[in-house]
Amino acid sequence: MELHDVWFVLIAVLWTGYFFLEGFDFGVGVLTRLLARDRAEKRVLINTIGPVWDGNEVWLLTAGGATFAAFPEWYATLFSGFYLPLLLILVCLIIRGVAFEYRVKRPEERWQRNWETAIFWTSLIPAFLWGVAFGNIVRGVKIDAEFEYVGTVWDLLNPYALLGGLVTLTLFTFHGTVFTALKTVGEIRERARRLALRVGLVTAVLASAFLLWTQADKGDGTSLLALVVAVAALVAALVANQAGREGWSFTLSGVTIVAAVAMLFLTLFPNVMPSTLDADWSLTVTNASSSPYTLKIMTWLAVIATPVVLLYQGWTYWVFRKRIGTQHIADPVH
Amino acid sequence: MDLALAPETLARWQFGITTVYHFLFVPLTISLAALTAGLQTAWVRTGKEKYLKATKFWGKLFLINIAMGVVTGIVQEFQFGMNWSDYSRFVGDVFGAPLAFEALIAFFFESTFIGLWIFGWDKLPKKIHLACIWMVSIGTLLSAYFILAANSWMQHPVGYRINEEKGRAELTDFWLVLTQNTTLNQVFHSFSAAFLTGGAFMVGIAAFHLMRRKHIPVMRTSLRLGLVTLAVGGLFTAVSGDTLGKVMYEQQPMKMAAAEALWDGEAPAPFSVFAYGDVDEGHNKVALEIPGLLSFLAHSDFDSYVPGINDTNEALREKFGPGDYKPIVPVAYWGFRWMIGFGMASFSLGLLGLWLTRKKFLLPAALRTGEDEVPRLVLLKQPLGAKLSRLYWLLALWTMAFPLIANSWGWIFTEMGRQPWVVYGVMQTKDAVSPGVSQAEVITSMTVFTVLYAVLAVIEVKLLAKYVKAGPPELTESDLNPPTKLGGDLRDADKPMAFSY
Repeated sequence: MELHDVWFVLIAVLWTGYFFLEGFDFGVGVLTRLLARDRAEKRVLINTIGPVWDGNEVWLLTAGGATFAAFPEWYATLFSGFYLPLLLILVCLIIRGVAFEYRVKRPEERWQRNWETAIFWTSLIPAFLWGVAFGNIVRGVKIDAEFEYVGTVWDLLNPYALLGGLVTLTLFTFHGTVFTALKTVGEIRERARRLALRVGLVTAVLASAFLLWTQADKGDGTSLLALVVAVAALVAALVANQAGREGWSFTLSGVTIVAAVAMLFLTLFPNVMPSTLDADWSLTVTNASSSPYTLKIMTWLAVIATPVVLLYQGWTYWVFRKRIGTQHIADPVH
Repeated sequence: MDLALAPETLARWQFGITTVYHFLFVPLTISLAALTAGLQTAWVRTGKEKYLKATKFWGKLFLINIAMGVVTGIVQEFQFGMNWSDYSRFVGDVFGAPLAFEALIAFFFESTFIGLWIFGWDKLPKKIHLACIWMVSIGTLLSAYFILAANSWMQHPVGYRINEEKGRAELTDFWLVLTQNTTLNQVFHSFSAAFLTGGAFMVGIAAFHLMRRKHIPVMRTSLRLGLVTLAVGGLFTAVSGDTLGKVMYEQQPMKMAAAEALWDGEAPAPFSVFAYGDVDEGHNKVALEIPGLLSFLAHSDFDSYVPGINDTNEALREKFGPGDYKPIVPVAYWGFRWMIGFGMASFSLGLLGLWLTRKKFLLPAALRTGEDEVPRLVLLKQPLGAKLSRLYWLLALWTMAFPLIANSWGWIFTEMGRQPWVVYGVMQTKDAVSPGVSQAEVITSMTVFTVLYAVLAVIEVKLLAKYVKAGPPELTESDLNPPTKLGGDLRDADKPMAFSY
């Protein structure tokens, strides 16, 4: 295994980390409309991710930065090619971050309601768009001999990619729902569990369809294995949810995300962004990667820094391990 | 849609708008993190309530500010690929590494520990909670360091070779990129300017409250801390500006010649106080100069030769082929002056304040004030009258944003002064832009960012004003009784959280 292969795996790991972590906080954002009945419940939801969402989002920035360093051509083609959808994602992430921090800073009803609306949409839209983006990456897009994306924004809205978007949206919402069941106490916890069943069933149908489509188009033996793990984990997560085993349910929905992302990257390899115009114009781990020297430095960085990050980020979750209910939410203004 | 504009023009405007905007928040974040950490350390060590109140007050303003810094920073991570894809392809092997280091080392640090700090008041023992804000502070400094190393490489590329076959720059010595003199000087200069910024911010707000005789113990401490920060930060900004300038005279003589509107080389070279030039003809029509000073700024002596814009342009043509290698001279010239002018105005005000509010040194004992009194402003032996005192407080308040203006012009100067290069001597800006992104797309994104940022600016400033006016919060029972156990004490299990969104 050469260094650029290692980095392909590491980029996959970073995206997996991002979808695992921000996946549930996007889901919680969607639940502010889907599950919460009043402001107090909305605040319970938002506070389950309060201390951690920012750290979760850094997985995206790291995936971006690491792609720039390890696969400059990939970084360049992907972000210039998917320009407008990426713009929309960035706008959402900007508003979303501010919304979390500023919502509670004024007591006015309208101020708080506006930021709550913002939290819902800016969680829902990226949750959908990331699936569209990855659907297109796996499916391949119009890339010319210069590695430039030559398609239009409408080309990105093809049925396969749109289905991918629905899968990430529902999967993240499911992940957020079981997370809520795990992190809250009281009536909202019960309702989260009931909602998880319904969202989970929709997710299972959509995800199975999307992954089978992927398997039929690009799959091989290992991707099939990942597919089976993803679907089985999702079903098991539903069973665990029904049995009231919330920790297991959350872990298993996480496994679903890990396996689904793994399957996409497995079908991608050794390409990083296939061209639908000519297979020779595809970006691959070899023609898109940095020099061995840069990859070596980056590998040292990853080997040393990643475990430390996991350690202190994990510690954060442990510090804030207690369940939250409406009784823990203080007066509205600070 | 294609306008009669160079393809890079719009992309440059967008980069300028988003980056200058982002950098309004960065220096305040860097300095306020450290200052808040310092105040909290004082609280933990002394147990004095005024320090805890100050921590809460400045911490709140810090959080309102860092939220904007964080979200506008996301755009920075992606817009190299979005708008500068040919740049990214050409330099990614070198330039990407510091960005990845920044994300993996600094961003995680900052973002994780800020969550712990915000929500940790009733979840973490006092000292661990304190450690969290220090971690945030370290994160902000590391982050700035790595991104400045990346920028320094654009100013003065080192530790790389050109791979002809792949058509790109490749890293050969990462350590050199991290430690070259451009990096160290830029870091020194930016860090000191950041503390100048935070110092001025603190002094301005403390002055506002002291003028109205409100929250005196907290604001008195804040004023003192702010003034010292402002003076020390200002001093280091001046010193590092001088050394950075000397480095730039070696590395980018064109930038510095443009900064002085020095069209033709001279020995000794004068420092320009005011100039109005004819750019097409390549000379100044009006010029007010101090003889010999520029030679000193460039080479530490009063009579050495400093090359001018025209000579440097000729030399660059010989080296790189036909073309015009001068930046927009008026922007460089005035940007340089506004940077220094606004920065040093704040610094002077800080020095003045430090003298006026001196505690014992040369201060008649009768004029000394207690902890809960507004400090008297004493020029020599007599305190200033009510009007003059008020004038000082007002000046401090009104000029608290001066360093922000200086920072912005500093960056505009150093980036525009490097043009037409994006990587000096290696790649020109016109070759760096994304060929596949249409002008319509860039206009869309530029409009969206500009409108969004403008709206957020209004919201942010109003929110800051609200919390500034409100002053330090009253301390609660739980503030004064921090938990002893990680995750919070059991007795608090059903109590509302000390902070919730």
